[in-house]
Amino acid sequence: MDGLSEAEANLVVYVHPSKSKNVPQAILRELSSLLFKFNETFDGVLLAYDVNILDRQAKILSGIHPYLGLRLKAQLLLFSPKPDMLLEGKVVKLSQESIHVVILGFSSAIITAENIRQEFKYKIKDGEEMFASRSHKRHVIKVGTMIRFLVKSVDEEILHITGSLMEAHTGSIRWLDKKSEETSEFDRSAMKSRDREWQEDKTVDEGATPLSNSNHIKKSKKRRIAED
Amino acid sequence: MGLELPKYPVMEEEEVVNLELDIARRVREALSSVPSLEGSRDSYNQLVGVILHSKQLGRDELALLETTLKGLAAAVSLIDFTHHESLVSAIFSMSMWNYAPHVEDALAELIVSLAVSNGKYLDLSLGMLVNNFTPPPYFLDKLGLPFGLDRKNQVLSRVHAAFKKISEYVPLAPLRLINLVIQRMPTIYHKDRAVLIYVENMLKLESGEIGEVVGNSVLMALVDRLIDLDLEIGWDAILRDDFNKGIFEMELEDEDEIVESAEQQSGEVLSSFGNSIAELLDNLLVLTFEHLESCERAGRLAKVFETLLQSFQITVMSAYKSKFTQLCPLSSVILLMRMTAVAYLASYLSRAKFLSVFFISTMLKRLVDWCLEYCETHDGDINPNAHRVFYSGCQAIMYVLCFRMKVFVDVPRLNLLLMPPLEQILKHKLNPLKVCLPSVVEEFLRQSKTASLFTVSETFIFDGLLESELSRAFGGLERLDTFFPFDPCLLKRCDRSFDEQGDDLDEFDTAMSKMSITPKNGYCYKFGGRDSTRMPSRIRPSTSPESL
Repeated sequence: MDGLSEAEANLVVYVHPSKSKNVPQAILRELSSLLFKFNETFDGVLLAYDVNILDRQAKILSGIHPYLGLRLKAQLLLFSPKPDMLLEGKVVKLSQESIHVVILGFSSAIITAENIRQEFKYKIKDGEEMFASRSHKRHVIKVGTMIRFLVKSVDEEILHITGSLMEAHTGSIRWLDKKSEETSEFDRSAMKSRDREWQEDKTVDEGATPLSNSNHIKKSKKRRIAED
Repeated sequence: MGLELPKYPVMEEEEVVNLELDIARRVREALSSVPSLEGSRDSYNQLVGVILHSKQLGRDELALLETTLKGLAAAVSLIDFTHHESLVSAIFSMSMWNYAPHVEDALAELIVSLAVSNGKYLDLSLGMLVNNFTPPPYFLDKLGLPFGLDRKNQVLSRVHAAFKKISEYVPLAPLRLINLVIQRMPTIYHKDRAVLIYVENMLKLESGEIGEVVGNSVLMALVDRLIDLDLEIGWDAILRDDFNKGIFEMELEDEDEIVESAEQQSGEVLSSFGNSIAELLDNLLVLTFEHLESCERAGRLAKVFETLLQSFQITVMSAYKSKFTQLCPLSSVILLMRMTAVAYLASYLSRAKFLSVFFISTMLKRLVDWCLEYCETHDGDINPNAHRVFYSGCQAIMYVLCFRMKVFVDVPRLNLLLMPPLEQILKHKLNPLKVCLPSVVEEFLRQSKTASLFTVSETFIFDGLLESELSRAFGGLERLDTFFPFDPCLLKRCDRSFDEQGDDLDEFDTAMSKMSITPKNGYCYKFGGRDSTRMPSRIRPSTSPESL
């Protein structure tokens, strides 16, 4: 999935003097208040942090409120969805007009009917609503399916994403993975046989040497190696 | 004509379905007609008209409204905030309280669909649902009637179900919801019942799934509001209503002058205003206690308690100092908080009927131990200012004993555990007996003499000290020495819900017995010769207006 990144940040946290009794707690509170909200400085949503307090002694900033300024080094996990990224999420609601998805358990996305490719047909089977592919019987999207989709736009304030299933590499993750596995399997087996042919060609070439007596042993040895 | 519902006497199910499909199609057409320049807006205007009706609706019109709402719910992706502004605002101004259940369902479905369809509608939808916490004004008076109650349950169950659904599809919705709920909380100037039903909804939120995420903020906001109400009540208002004013003359002199003059100015108006607020506060507290009871049944009291404790530290404890914040440097605020805490503890221990003897004695023992340790580490003479916390501790012990003396006399083991160290404290050079509030000291000594609590009670020379300069000094500016927050419980309903014999008490009982949650078998009979259920008149005095 796109959109997730790790970042190393140098931060300064301003702690109110009333919190000076327990500064580490105050720092964690301050950082926790950033969680799951879009932050322009980070250009993304903070999902997790690991903080390292550099200062042993804080500087008191002069001013109306003498806050304590503390330098920190923090490891941040950020989520910054951008248009044209591929995101993954779980379908929580599905109707003829739209598919609703929740990403990473907190961000919501909607894919409206006009952004779902024609391949998918809406139908109700055994009382369950679903979008089923016309060309691949196994490719089905229903409530609970994990899907991969393309981001069209992002409302950063409430982390609402509009997505699309127009592209061929979007849809049910399970099906897409299986398909790519099959293709790669196919590729691999194709590769293998090609390999073998190549080896055999080689042995045949070698077999063309006058020492035909040792040829047989050589060939089987080669084949064994190739098969390993 | 756009959305007219043809009148068929009896319709087959199939026809109904067809009709619904037809309306849904027309809704879509109406919606898509707006952005295109050449299309006429007639059908769209009709659509808005169906939503924005003004008169009472007939059966057919209700059916049309329901189907239209369903059609809209199915076509939310076509609704555009800029093009369909009139429609959107019409939808969000609807009140569920006005319709029959099936229309409500359709409306709730539409709101949920709108909320999850586009980020722009999320806040609006949540706000509309929050507005439905309270019924329209005309319905407020009907809430008490059986059908009003049914209606309330119908609407509120739908509102809360809608919240749940929205937060399933938009997991961050509760965070936005909570801000709205706190922002829109009715002020104290709103009608009593509107506030009540709003708070009921808040508590419902707290106990639901959404409460897992935002329950803390709900409770905190509620406690803040209770404090606001409390501060709003002038002590004056209660005096006039519930007490013989003569009893209080003495304490009134001590009262903060600013408060008094302000109250005098507003006079009678404030009195009735204050009483309606007191009634509201009373009702809200009953609601809150009921909620806490249900929390206990659900086994989540521990979690709620933690929040309340935190909230108590932040708001309730600091409420006393609120007027004087500017005067106090930080250290004395902490000192004040400790003294307030001791006063709360003393009052609670002596007043709450439901506490076990074991609990009371354990707490008293801790207090006594603390005071004893203080005595051992501090030398020197009487100094009310320097040892404020110590003196409030001693006063608390004596105060509790005034109410719970019998228990300690009856159980020799407790007597043995507490009395020797207490005697030591009272005889210490710091001389708490001379500093604490004379009325408390006097009563304590009288009772302990009757109960022959101390082996050498003659050594306590009690020379009829009236309130001395010393005792004034330790209380400081805020007169914390006379502050006992739970005395007496002035809120009628609350009091009753605490009282085991609540049924016996009716509205026409004497004012004092309504107020008191004091154990009836105390040794208090000596106080001013009044009957034993009464508060000792000179101890009663929570002189602060905040002390409810």
